[in-house]
Amino acid sequence: MKADPRGVLTGTHFLDGDHACCEGALAAGARFAAGYPITPSTEVVERFAARVPTVGGCFIQMEDELAASITLQGAVWGGAKAFTVTSGPGFSLMMEHIGYAAMTETPCVFVDVQRGGPSTGLPTLPAQADMMQARWGSHGDYEIIALCPNSPQECFDLTVRAFNFAEEFRVPVMLMMDEVVGHMTEKVVIPPADKIEVVPRKRTQKSTDQYLPYATNGDMVPEIAHAGDGYKFHVTGLTHDERGYPNMTPQTQDKLVRRLQNKILTAVDRISLYEEEGTDNADVIVVSYGITSRVAQRAIDLARAQGLRVGKFRLITAWPFPEEHIRNLAAHTKAFVVPELNLGQMVHEVERAAGGKARTISVSHAGGSVHRPEDILKAIVEACR
Amino acid sequence: MNSILNPVESFLRTDRMPHIWCPGCGIGTTVNSFARALIESKIDLQSLALVSGIGCTGRVAGYVKLDSFHTTHGRGIPFATGLKLANPKLNVVVYSGDGDLSAIGGNHLIHAARRNIDLKVICVNNLIYAMTGGQTAPTTPDHAITSTSPYGAFEPAFNLPHLVEAAGAVYVARWTTFHVRQLARAISEAFQKKGFSFIEVISPCPTLYQRRNRLGDGLDTMKYYKEKSKIRHGAPTSEVGLTMTGEIVVGKFVDRDRPDYSALMHAQLEASLGDRYVDCDGACDGSACSEETVCS
Repeated sequence: MKADPRGVLTGTHFLDGDHACCEGALAAGARFAAGYPITPSTEVVERFAARVPTVGGCFIQMEDELAASITLQGAVWGGAKAFTVTSGPGFSLMMEHIGYAAMTETPCVFVDVQRGGPSTGLPTLPAQADMMQARWGSHGDYEIIALCPNSPQECFDLTVRAFNFAEEFRVPVMLMMDEVVGHMTEKVVIPPADKIEVVPRKRTQKSTDQYLPYATNGDMVPEIAHAGDGYKFHVTGLTHDERGYPNMTPQTQDKLVRRLQNKILTAVDRISLYEEEGTDNADVIVVSYGITSRVAQRAIDLARAQGLRVGKFRLITAWPFPEEHIRNLAAHTKAFVVPELNLGQMVHEVERAAGGKARTISVSHAGGSVHRPEDILKAIVEACR
Repeated sequence: MNSILNPVESFLRTDRMPHIWCPGCGIGTTVNSFARALIESKIDLQSLALVSGIGCTGRVAGYVKLDSFHTTHGRGIPFATGLKLANPKLNVVVYSGDGDLSAIGGNHLIHAARRNIDLKVICVNNLIYAMTGGQTAPTTPDHAITSTSPYGAFEPAFNLPHLVEAAGAVYVARWTTFHVRQLARAISEAFQKKGFSFIEVISPCPTLYQRRNRLGDGLDTMKYYKEKSKIRHGAPTSEVGLTMTGEIVVGKFVDRDRPDYSALMHAQLEASLGDRYVDCDGACDGSACSEETVCS
C-alpha cells in the first residue's frame, strides 16, 4: 500500500541523519515511539515528539531503555507501528527485548546510532562496533535484519525499508547508524506519499475458532492479530506451539527456532541490499558499510588513479550477511580489504564467506573519528602486490 | 455431558489444565476472584487484555481466555503501557508477582504510578521468589528463612501499598487469599477507576515459604489470614507494613482521583498546539490498525 500522506513531509530538505530517520519512520507509518535519551541518537525522538502530535500518534519517554524496548512492543500488539532509538549502552540494555521480539515475532524497529565503546566510551564520537551485538546480542538462536545507511538520505530511505521488512517478516529490524551519519546534514529528498511503498501488517482474516496465532500454513511468517480483535490469543517468550501455548519439548523448540531462523535465511536474496561497482576483473574489492563506505570511496578513487583495479562492495544490509555473494566474488579476486570503525567485526564474516579463496585484510579503527583515506589506500596498494 | 459449569470456567483456557501451581498455592484463588470480578463488573472481555511478567503469578496470562501477554521478567507494566497508549479502548490488567513487580520491575512500578497510566495492577505477594525455588524478595519479612537467606532475612522489606501511594496510584487495596469476595469487589472497583490502580493480594506459598518457616500448610495459612487480618479501610499506608506472624492490615487504603496520563497528554497538547493537534486516540496510521481505531 502507499504511505499515509499525513506522515510524509514531501519535499527537498536539509536534514541531519537523526532527523531524516524520524521522517522515515513517520513516512513508514510509525505512530508510536518509546525512548530514553542517549547521545548521539536523541534527536530522532526529539523530532518525533514534536512531529507526532500533529500527525496523530504518541511518543512516550520511558524510565530506561529496558522499558522503552518493551513498551514499543506493547504498542505493536495494540495496533501501532512502533520503534525505539538508542546508542551503545542503551542498545546493550535492550538486548533481552530484541530476543523477545524475535521469539514472539513482533514487527518493530530498533535504531542504534553507534558511538565508541565499550561501556560509556565515546558518547559524541562515531564507531561501528555494535555490528556483532546487533546480530548476536540476545541469548539463544535467532535471526534479525540490520541495515546500514551512509547518508541522511539513506537514513530516511532505509528507515522506511526497516519498517517494511519488520512487517513482511515479523522480525525486529536494526537500523545501524553511526554518530557521523546521525549528525551530518545533507540534502534529503522525501518523495510524495504515493511514491512511498509501505508494507501493511499481515493481519489475520480467519474466524476466531480457526485462527492459530503461530500456524504458518506453508508460508514461514504467521498472520497476526491485535489485542481487542476478539481472538483471545496468547503471546509468550516461552517456547510455544502453533496455538501460542508454552510447550517445553525439544521437538517444539526445534520446529520453532528453526523457523525463526529460516524465515530470514531463505529470503537472504530479497533482504540483501548492496551497492556493487567495478568488481569484475578487480584485483582487490573493498567491502565497507555505513560512514566508512564514504571514506573508502576516496581511497578507491586514489587507488584507481594509480592504475590499480579496485572494486567496491558496500553492504547496505549487514544482516543477514550476503554470504553466497561474497563467496562468488572471492573466486575472482585476490583480496578483500575491509575497513570498519571497530577492531574487526564484519571482516570475520567476509573472511568466512571467502573460505580461503581470497585474502581478507582488516583495516581496523578503534573509533572516535572516521578513517584516513590514506590508511585504506595503503591496505589496497599492499593487497594488490 | 455435564450441564453444570463452574461460572469461572468460561474465563479459563481449560485446554491448558492442569495448571502448574502447587497444592495450597493462592494464585489460583486470586484468578477465581478475578474471574468473578469480570462477571460482576460485566466488563467487555473482547476489550480486556491481561499482561504478566515472569514467575508463578506470571503464568496467569497463560491460563485466562483473554488477549494475554506473558512478557519478560519485570516488564509487564511497560509492555502494558504501550498496549494501552496504542489502543486506549483496551482495559489493561497487569497480573504479576511481588518479585517481578517490585524488584526487577520496581522502576516501572513507581513510574507508571507517577504517570498515572490507566492500568489495573494485581500483585500476588507470596513474600518470596517462588518459581526459582524460594529466594529472598524485596517483600520478605524480617527473620524469614529463604533459600538465599538461610539464617534469616534482615533487609528491610518494601511496604508495597505505601510505595505505590507515594508514587501516585489512585486506588490501593490489600486483601489476602482468604478474602475472596472482598478481593473480587476490589478488582471490580479498580475497573471503575481511571488511572493507576494497585491491588496487593497476600498469598501463601506452602511449598517454599510456609514450609521453610514452619508456618504449616495452606490451610494453616488460611487460619492465620483469618485470625490475624484486620480490615482497616483508609488506614495510613505507612502503618500497613508486614511481619512474619503479626497482624495483616487489609482493606481499601487509597481511593482518589487525579487525571490519568492520557488526559494530561491531551490537555497539554491541545493547549500548546490548538488546531494543529491531531488526536487520533491511539497510535495508528491505518496500515497496522483495525478499522475501529483508525484516526479519522
